[in-house]
Amino acid sequence: MDSFPIIRVVAKLIIPYILLFGFYVQFHGDFGPGGGFQAGVILASALILYGLVFGLPAVKKVAPPKLIEKLIALGLLIYAGTGFLTMLCGKAKDGDHAEHGRAMANFLDYGALDHHFLPGILPHGQHLGIFMIEFGVGITVTAVMTMIFYCFAGRHPETNSASSTEATP
Amino acid sequence: MFVSLFILTLLVVTAISIARIRDLWAAVMFTGIFSFLGACWMLILDAPDVAFTEAAVGAGISTFLMLGTLALAGKKEKPTKGSPLVPLIVVGVTGAALIYGTLDMPHFGDPNSPVQTRIQPSFVEKSQPDMHGLPNVVTALLGSYRGYDTLGETAVIFTAGIAVILILRRSSTEAFGSGSTPKKGSK
Repeated sequence: MDSFPIIRVVAKLIIPYILLFGFYVQFHGDFGPGGGFQAGVILASALILYGLVFGLPAVKKVAPPKLIEKLIALGLLIYAGTGFLTMLCGKAKDGDHAEHGRAMANFLDYGALDHHFLPGILPHGQHLGIFMIEFGVGITVTAVMTMIFYCFAGRHPETNSASSTEATP
Repeated sequence: MFVSLFILTLLVVTAISIARIRDLWAAVMFTGIFSFLGACWMLILDAPDVAFTEAAVGAGISTFLMLGTLALAGKKEKPTKGSPLVPLIVVGVTGAALIYGTLDMPHFGDPNSPVQTRIQPSFVEKSQPDMHGLPNVVTALLGSYRGYDTLGETAVIFTAGIAVILILRRSSTEAFGSGSTPKKGSK
């Protein structure tokens, strides 16, 4: 892609805005359309565009595959961890739970995340729970899409056929 | 009304061209256009979340993945063997069954359809006090009321990513070595 200056310049101009839009969709998903899944795909598409225009080694410097591999698992861990956090840090408030004498809230019962620290600025309760799980979803989706791009782009058809012809005799 | 007809006509035209075209590269581009038109159509149907996903995933990522596959597999479709009669019959019967199935569906926007009467009003009413004023009911549904489902979906994406890594990564040094380029590794 060294010989396509227009594509390079336009990509450089567009990529920051794609990233910004991705973060907007991620963190504004509670209020408008969007959420972790869409934001993850948009963020990954920015990385993929960068990889398509500037080459695979360049994008691997920005987002090292080893980091991406770990992010795939981290996002899901954040999601499931939110569930365990609600179990640990809250008592069930609903009447039916109290009747059974349970001390813990349910898995993913974000009502347990209520706090009174900086109300109105920090999200709390259900809002905080949704924010956290959407964050986890966004991380996993970004990482998976980027990793799929790496896997596809890392394979070369010409080297494939060359290695197979070498292997056959 | 006019816009809906316009988009639906374009959808049909795009679908027919995808079926007719033999150049796979152009066909992939047409599937991207199809997804975008579908996203526009969903936007008209007041489903911005779905339209968003369709535009980002259907038109963006999956088009790119198809192109990546084409780069590995070749651009031209192989000529079909045998008569096209049997596939035509199968497709015709399936399509007729699907259209027959839609005859029983409620009309679009029918206030008496189960979608409007059963679940939605209670969630719309409940979600405001439940969510501390979180305005987006779709997010509240996906994230909180159906939190287990979304956890499962995230696990599915996770599993898909792991599966792609396991299938497509040939050796850990070649595809993922940060220092050496793939060409050096294969030599």
